[in-house]
Amino acid sequence: MANESRMSFSEVEKIFQDKVDEDIRIEPKDWMPDAYRKTLVRQISQHAHSEIVGMLPEANWITRAPSLKRKATLIAKVQDEAGHGLYLYSAAETLGTSRDEMVAQLHSGKAKYSSIFNYPTLTWADMGAIGWLVDGAAIMNQVPLCRASYGPYARAMVRICKEESFHQRQGFEILLVLSRGSEAQRRMCQDAIDRWWWPSVMMFGPSDDASPNSEQSMRWKIKRFSNDELRQKFIDVSVEQVKLLGMRLPDADLKWNEERQHYDFGVIDWEEFRNVINGNGPCNKERLAARVQAHAEGAWVREAAMAHAQKMAEEQKQGHEAA
Amino acid sequence: MEQKTLIDYTLHLADNALVLGHRNSEWTGHGPILEQDIALSNIALDLIGQARNFYQYAARLRNEGVSLGGARGGRMSEGVAATGGGGVEVTEDTLAYLRDSWDYRNCLLVEQINGDWAKTILRLFFFSAYQYSFYQRLQQSRDRELAAIAEKSYKEVTYHLRWSSEWVIRLGDGTEESHRRMEEALDQLWKFSGELFVPADYEKVLAEKGIAVDLTAIRSQWEERVDAVFRQAGLTKPAAAWEQTGGKQGRHTEHLGYLLAEMQFLQRAYPGCEW
Amino acid sequence: MENQNTESRSSWPLWEIFIRSKQGLDHKHVGSLHAVDAAMAIENARDVYTRRMEGISIWVVESKYVHASNPDEAASFYDPANDKVYRHPTFYQLPDELTHM
Repeated sequence: MANESRMSFSEVEKIFQDKVDEDIRIEPKDWMPDAYRKTLVRQISQHAHSEIVGMLPEANWITRAPSLKRKATLIAKVQDEAGHGLYLYSAAETLGTSRDEMVAQLHSGKAKYSSIFNYPTLTWADMGAIGWLVDGAAIMNQVPLCRASYGPYARAMVRICKEESFHQRQGFEILLVLSRGSEAQRRMCQDAIDRWWWPSVMMFGPSDDASPNSEQSMRWKIKRFSNDELRQKFIDVSVEQVKLLGMRLPDADLKWNEERQHYDFGVIDWEEFRNVINGNGPCNKERLAARVQAHAEGAWVREAAMAHAQKMAEEQKQGHEAA
Repeated sequence: MEQKTLIDYTLHLADNALVLGHRNSEWTGHGPILEQDIALSNIALDLIGQARNFYQYAARLRNEGVSLGGARGGRMSEGVAATGGGGVEVTEDTLAYLRDSWDYRNCLLVEQINGDWAKTILRLFFFSAYQYSFYQRLQQSRDRELAAIAEKSYKEVTYHLRWSSEWVIRLGDGTEESHRRMEEALDQLWKFSGELFVPADYEKVLAEKGIAVDLTAIRSQWEERVDAVFRQAGLTKPAAAWEQTGGKQGRHTEHLGYLLAEMQFLQRAYPGCEW
Repeated sequence: MENQNTESRSSWPLWEIFIRSKQGLDHKHVGSLHAVDAAMAIENARDVYTRRMEGISIWVVESKYVHASNPDEAASFYDPANDKVYRHPTFYQLPDELTHM
């Protein structure tokens, strides 16, 4: 293989695409198209932001978790999400951006994150619904990404998927217990499902014909399945699972289609999706404000730690010089 | 009466761990940097784990007492009306979620509100330094269950102590602002540190029997550790303050009521349910 | 909002983390994180990448000190060995009856 810097642009691009086609990972120092790099930075950081913002709706209920076991497992789950955000920021940083830059974009409203976290968590049952539906949808997206073309991204996804396994089960179990409980608990369970179902379905993004970038992302293998494919799979699986809860999904149009061998489902309210993703959701402002506040109030802490480390480094240096 | 005394002591240990774990978990999602958010949540999880061990033991003692025939086990506290007689089993959750603040036996230090990172760190440092020496001794308790819990917990608090000590030093000897905040934290928390070493009646009784830790024996170790860390942090202990006490006996600050109201809400609003 | 100056004063450097598990033979690169110094980096790594499991060895290196080979040189590093195919065990045809080899 000749030195890439002496090759033409189309030649290096071909080598790059050949690697992708053959499932050879692209690593940080490899040549990659500018657009690939930019798209990845946006996609990975968006995913990272989603994990971090996603901590908030669940962290809401940590202090109110109704049993010690639930308290502990909820803290563990939310903490995992912090860790996932960190793995993803770390993967994005290999592409030449910094965490500070990405966080600044999130706080300024420039960067997007998953719309689902702009919905409020109103009852304990929401913890169950989020685990079952939101994490369920996320897992469906994430597992294929374990084979994404960009090495650090794929490896972060593998780590995340391993840890994700208990999140969905935990959520479903919360709902299961509620579904077998008192009348109020059963109502709580159905109410949460009623509120989280459609936002979860929307998590897969616009339909394929409204997703112009999907095709390029699939060629680059940073997206392995189309939005509609994953959404259909999610709905098919959920319709079966909800039966175990003795609950119903809030879609009167759900019906098995023998011909397609899939469930038909109702019309998605894309206006709601657009509004929520553009900042008009019920909690957008609060979520962002919470993150901005944490970062601002933490500035003196970060500064102090840095200052102390520098003092220690200076002392050590002087110690060596004196010796 | 020994059973009740042992239960009181165990609950005191459980309440300490739960209340501090709960307080630390309030930071989840709001920490100054991701890495520390994760670290403090880990510590919260450890503390809640310790609490659960103690609550489960207290519940067992309580249930054994009942099965041995009514009054001997006694009601472990006046407040638990829900466990009315008969064969109603007490669980870790009954103890955590159905006692009111006058039945909680945690010391006042752990229920103080988080404030800023400086106050949270200092509170954790004071308490971890205490737990470190405390669990070290409790490992020799004549009560095998307490000794076993102590052994497991000791490893965890060794880490908590190191982590919080390092942060006290970073903040004490960081910037002018961080130093000022540490001094403010010290000003607010110092008066609660004394209670850690003032034994409640149940502690005195059990210490004589080799079950509870003799607090006078660990006080100087705590003071040495605090002095050493404060030296590096450039902090000075305040002059002797009027020590606040009462937590171990169920007389708390106004904070605990709010904490429990939030924590216990669901169990109180929907009594008798499984979650 | 923080201005540029405070952001740079409070910005923590990036560290690469390498972990060797209890049963492992080598340290594996697992990702990166931010910390003010090596001691904090190790502590953070313990929390983030090992969830405080015991018996794990952690190496941390500030990212700016990691030097990497250039990928287009990889060809010259590794191609020669590809000619020496006799180094590879599958090159040799051995009878099935032969065990333990």
